[in-house]
Amino acid sequence: MAEKFNRPDGRELTELRETKAKVGVVPNADGSAMFQQGKTIAIAAVYGPKKMHPQHQQDPRTGQLRCEYNMLSFSVSDRIRPGRNRRAMEISEITKWALEPVLMLDKYPGQVVDVHINIIQADAGTRCAGINAAAMALAHAGIPMKEMVSSISIGKLDKTMVVDLTKEEEDYHEGEGPTDIPISMTPSGKVTHMQLDGKIGVKQLQEAVDMAKVACQNILEIQKKALKDFIEGDKK
Amino acid sequence: MDRKVVIPGEIIIDGDEYLPGENTEKKEGKIYSLRYGLAEEQNNLIKVIPLSGVYSPRRGNIVIGKVENVTANGWLIDIGYADSAFLSLMEVPRFVNKDAMEEVLDIDDMVLAKIWSINKRGIDLSLKSRGLGKIEDGIIFEVNPNKVPRIIGKEGSMIKLIKDNTGCDVTVGQNGFVLIKGETISSELYAKRAVLFVAENSYVSGLTEAVDKWFKENKE
Repeated sequence: MAEKFNRPDGRELTELRETKAKVGVVPNADGSAMFQQGKTIAIAAVYGPKKMHPQHQQDPRTGQLRCEYNMLSFSVSDRIRPGRNRRAMEISEITKWALEPVLMLDKYPGQVVDVHINIIQADAGTRCAGINAAAMALAHAGIPMKEMVSSISIGKLDKTMVVDLTKEEEDYHEGEGPTDIPISMTPSGKVTHMQLDGKIGVKQLQEAVDMAKVACQNILEIQKKALKDFIEGDKK
Repeated sequence: MDRKVVIPGEIIIDGDEYLPGENTEKKEGKIYSLRYGLAEEQNNLIKVIPLSGVYSPRRGNIVIGKVENVTANGWLIDIGYADSAFLSLMEVPRFVNKDAMEEVLDIDDMVLAKIWSINKRGIDLSLKSRGLGKIEDGIIFEVNPNKVPRIIGKEGSMIKLIKDNTGCDVTVGQNGFVLIKGETISSELYAKRAVLFVAENSYVSGLTEAVDKWFKENKE
């Protein structure tokens, strides 16, 4: 085995960035949450269940989920053009797929739940932070769910597997280069979303899923604490 | 079991003797929560009381709604829920001339009604109870429907306190609409401020005393 791999910010290989979560950050929304992972900050607001408009999209059998992911123009150091783009549309759809399996929307036929995710500061792992915030916001909005969803990005830098990549690590350029694998999981270990950007072998991919399982468990504890503090903190 | 805050997917209690109630499910002898809220036990029945989210109508709820449309055999009422509610002509305890239904309730009129049934096709309202009907005067405003129980208080104690201190009649719809009727507009606005104080401080323990103090500090 080669010498120990050193991460640019001095973290252990399986260590998360400093993580914060808060519920009820958007008073106008039916449910909302903030999730921060290091310098990445996501805010999710949930509206509904409400009547689906346009009417032709109504499904009389079940309720539907709509997600909208958006990066604010000042979230990165080079201003990005605001509004929908190819990447935002893809991540919106991915977020919907990651959350849909746990929601029990069959109780709301013809209705829709809108989730708006805004990234106010980006330092890699924004889709994961967005999914984490959205899962908390959906719970806060009182949507029936079988389980929570937690999300984390696992990376492979050259040959070393690490948890929770930063932008600096994502741009790693030595050896085999960087591989980014965002994974979303439920506490029971079901994978609701997995993407892969780069190259990886089957063995190491299995390793990535195992690392994600541990990391998602840690993130779930943070989500749980934020949700509980919102009510219990109120009582004090 | 003590009341506790639970999140979706959390195991509330483990044991075959317990039964799953509202917002819970039983899997392999364990009771899981399906919603974020307060879990409580009553005679081995476990249920989760939601503390946030949109209004969910229940049978028997008294609600305040706005007439959306007048149809051939009734009225469509917006009660702050995704589906609008239907008030049938048959559920109005007075003679209604079918050619002049607007005279009873016109579009944009506010109405105090009771939910008498909820089924797949929608929500049905009724006016067949004392005090229900078209709202003629007073002011109406909206609060978070999850705070309605605190505004009413234990056996109506909070409402009574507000009524005694302001001299206004306060009616709270379960859907979060509050109707205040008083002698003068200034007394109505005073009562409104009191209700909003309760809604904002709904988490304070000993809320009744806090409201009492508020009345002493804030005069009309």
